[in-house]
Formats: sequence, structure tokens, C-alpha cells
Amino acid sequence: MMISRIFADQQKSQEGLSAEAIKTLRKQKIGAFFRYVILILCGAVMLYPLVWMFSAAFKPNYEIFTSLSLWPSEFSMDGFINGWQTGTEYTFGRFFWNTFMYVIPKVILTVISSVIVAYGFARFEIPYKKFWFVTLIATILLPSSVLLIPQYLMFREMGMLDSYLPLYLPMAFATQGFFVFMLIQFLRGLPTDMEEAAMIDGCNSFQLLIYIIVPILRPAIISVALFQFMWSVNDFLGPLIYISSVEKYPIALALKLSIDVTEGAQWNEILAMSSIAIVPSIVVFLMSQKYFVEGITAGGVKG
Amino acid sequence: MYENRRLGLAYISPYIIGLIVFTAFPFISSLIISFTEYDLINTPEYVGLDNYEYMLEDDTFYQSMWVTFAYVFLTIPLKLAFALFIAFVLNFKLRGIKFFRTAYYIPSILGSSVAIAVLWRAIFSLDGLLNSFIGVFGIEPISWLGEPVFAMFSVTLLRVWQFGSAMVIFLAALQNVPQSQYEAAMIDGASKWQMFTKITIPLITPVIFFNFIMQTTQAFQEFTAPYVITAGGPAKATYLFSLYIYETAFKHFELGYGSALAWVLFIVVAIFTAISFKSSKYWVFYSGDKGGK
Repeated sequence: MMISRIFADQQKSQEGLSAEAIKTLRKQKIGAFFRYVILILCGAVMLYPLVWMFSAAFKPNYEIFTSLSLWPSEFSMDGFINGWQTGTEYTFGRFFWNTFMYVIPKVILTVISSVIVAYGFARFEIPYKKFWFVTLIATILLPSSVLLIPQYLMFREMGMLDSYLPLYLPMAFATQGFFVFMLIQFLRGLPTDMEEAAMIDGCNSFQLLIYIIVPILRPAIISVALFQFMWSVNDFLGPLIYISSVEKYPIALALKLSIDVTEGAQWNEILAMSSIAIVPSIVVFLMSQKYFVEGITAGGVKG
Repeated sequence: MYENRRLGLAYISPYIIGLIVFTAFPFISSLIISFTEYDLINTPEYVGLDNYEYMLEDDTFYQSMWVTFAYVFLTIPLKLAFALFIAFVLNFKLRGIKFFRTAYYIPSILGSSVAIAVLWRAIFSLDGLLNSFIGVFGIEPISWLGEPVFAMFSVTLLRVWQFGSAMVIFLAALQNVPQSQYEAAMIDGASKWQMFTKITIPLITPVIFFNFIMQTTQAFQEFTAPYVITAGGPAKATYLFSLYIYETAFKHFELGYGSALAWVLFIVVAIFTAISFKSSKYWVFYSGDKGGK
């Protein structure tokens, strides 16, 4: 009797315990389920427009707005073929080429100048260093529209209008304080023993920069290059102000031109070209996500 | 070598040159130009405060300032709240967190591209995607871009849609909140909501502040979306301040007045930023050296 009672008690308490454990487990499971539902629903709403754009590019024009389906009833490449020809005497390929004509110099110059300047800020004593650093932060917060008109007049004076120079020349002077700031933060977080060792071995400061700083900064440099690439490819106001002849148009202006010319008409062409326009950004992003997340959390990023 | 001040100056010299030539000089110049009348052809003529006096009677100026504020105060809270909410949901040990992070981040890398603005037009135009969607439920088409309130809503939505970068920053901050804090609160019998408002929020205020400042200074200068989607219309309902500056200076070639407008925008943003920084003393908590990134 005794034994069986003890046994029964034990069983009871075990049941009680496991029931509670099951309860919390179930609670967690329900919580996770709701989280997934929220994430999937919001994600679907967010990505639907993008996916729809790609699918609409393959649809015949009459079908685009009449069906919500993401699957074209009949596949048509017309949007791409006709869109590529554009309404101008140039193909869309030309506008792609033009875009990279200034985006690539912009990225390279930004990286080089920002790394050199960040190295100076992070590792050297500089007269009035605090003042220069404050100006750096101030330029990040300064609304660029206040500089627009005088800069335009300046480049006009230098005869650089309707060329890509105004778009990338300033980048040679570390004018995007944000990137410099991000690199300084990164450098400050790194120990200097390697540099000290190299110095004892007789490296000068420039050799230090090339052989030690640049390799360890690599992930941050890639982040800078990627962000600058994205922002430059997407930039619209810059080209709008400085580029006036169609033969020099980048993608951004070409797209704007296409919706102005064919008002309310060939949506399949317009959406096909818009799809092509964002492909480089998406491919670059998917290939190098890690650097975006690192860069964004190291310095924080607008966008 | 680290003490070599001249060498240090040499390394940052590109920045100093850039600061003088491409920032400080244009900055001062635009103030000077704002006191002139200049059309690119005739020589600039000094007119004193005329541009600013004209502005006081310029209806477009008031309209543009009003819609810019409306845009900023609609976009920023929505965007940040959404970013924080999704970051909060993602901040549990969920499988597939990377996939969702990617999915939510993609819209914000495409950012202000014209292609996305074009897509927005396709969605919100009268015979666009949204109207065919609501048509399924028997709702009559709505002129999203033709009604002032709806047009503002459409343009705002594009910005809110790009909450991804703010979300990634929030997510990183949430992951840094020490687990021990929650455990201690749990022992004291705190509810989930109490933990969120009393522990999570205070600890991430530096990041909220950072996101807020970056997003607002940017939102004040929004250009591409309203320019491409609505061209500022209808009836200047989405005629944000940057559009007004651009059209004044580069369409009507009134560079003096354009500069005056740009300076007013600068002062507005500066005051707004200063107030934000001042107020941050009361609601942003920096714990030890872990403060805002």
C-alpha cells in the first residue's frame, strides 16, 4: 500500500511537471507560429510589387493590369525587345554603359580617398584634429541641396557640364563624410600591435597603410564600395542636373525619359527596362549581403 | 611616427581640400547668391533681402514647406515603428531569420532608384495594379495619384516600404541587449510588455535616436519619388521642398531665389536637428561605453 502510494504521488508530481513543461513548450510553439505568420505576410506584401514587376515584363501589354496573377498567361519577350530599343536612337545597353562610366570611377575614388583620410584621422596626431572631426560629422548632417546651386555654377565655370566629371570628381576628396566616419570607427576598434611590430621592422607609414591597414580593413572597404555602388547607380538628381545630352544619359534618366515619352502606354516595355535596371543592384546585394549587414551595423547607414 | 603631425595632416589633406572646395565654399556662396538675382545669362545683381521678402508672400513656399513637414512626420514614425516591430519579431531564435532579413532588406537597397518610382506609378495609377486589386472586391477604382491626400499617401508609402536598413540596425541593437536583464526582470515578475517598454526600449534609445536623425535629414530632402511618381501634383500636394528648389533653380533659372529657398531649408533642418539633439538628453540613455554606434 505504502509503496504504491508513494509511487502514485511520484507519478502525479511527474505528470504535473511535464504538463507545465508541455504548456510552456506549446506557448513557445504558438509564439513562433505567430511570428512566422507575421513575417511571411509582411514579406509577401513587401516583395509582391517587385515580383509583379518582373512578371509583368513578360506579359503582353493588355494583360498587365487586368490580371493579378504573377504567371503570364502567355510569355512574351516583346517588352524586353522593344524596350531595349528605347524611344531614342540608342539602345538601353548604351545607357547601361553610360551609368558604369561614372559609377566605377566614383566607387574607386571614394574608396581610395576615404581609406587614406580615415587612416590619418584614426592613427595620427593632427593639428586641430577635433575641429576637423566635427566638420566631418557636420557634413554628414548637412542637407546637400544647400550646396547644389553653387556647385553647379562651379562646374559650369570649369566647363564640365554635360560630362561625368561633376558626378565623380568630388569623390577624390573624401567628400562623403559618412564613409570616412565608418572607416574611422572600424579602425579605432582594431588593435595596433601589428602596425607597431611592422614599424619596428622599418616600415614607413605609407607601407603600413598598404601592407597592413588595407588588408585588415578589407571587409569595411568592401562595404564602402558596395554602398557607394548602390547609391550611385540609383542616384537621379546628380545626372538630372549635370547630364543634358541623351547620348550620355545613364539608366536613371533613360527610365524617366521613357515614362515621359510614352505617357500611359507601353507598360510592358517600361517595366521590362525597370526590371533590367535593378538587376545589377539585386545581384550585387545577394552576392555580398554579409558586407551590407556588417557595414550597416558598424556605422549605421541611411537608405 | 604616430606623433608626426605633419604626416597626419598630409593624410587628411584630401579631405581638407574637399571640405573647402566642395563644401565650405559652395555653402558660403549659396548664402551670397541668395542676396542676388541671377539667371545664368546676365551678371548677378545684388538685391539685398528681396528674395527672402518675396518668399514671405509666396504661396508656393508655404505650400511646399507644409507638405514637406507632412511628409516627414508621416514617413518617419511609420517607418521607424515598422522597422522596430519587424526587428522585434525577428529577434527570436527563429529558423530562416537570414532569409527574412534579406527579403525585408531588398526594398531599401533599391532605395530611391527611378525604376522603383516607375513601379510605384504602375501600382498607383488609375488603371494600375492597386485598382485592379481592389476591383476584385468590387471597389470602384480610386484616383490614387489624382487626389491630394491619396497622392501623399502613395509617395509616403514608398519610403515606408524601405524600412529595411533601419530594421537591420535595430536588429543588431536588440541582439546586444544582455539576456541577464530579462532574466532578472522575469524573476521580479515583469510581464512581456513591461520588459519591452522598461528594458528593451531604454537600452536601444541610442539607436532609435541615430535612425531618427539619419532618416529625418534625408526625408527633408526627398526628391526622386515625388518628382517621378507625381511630379509634385496634384495641385502641388506632393510638391516637396527639394522639388521647389530644383525647379526654381534649374527650370526657371532663378538661381538667387533658389539659393534663398535652399538656405531656408538648411535652417529648418538645422533647427530640427538641434532640437532633436537637445531633447535627446532627456530620452536617450547611454549605458557606460556601449553608447550609440
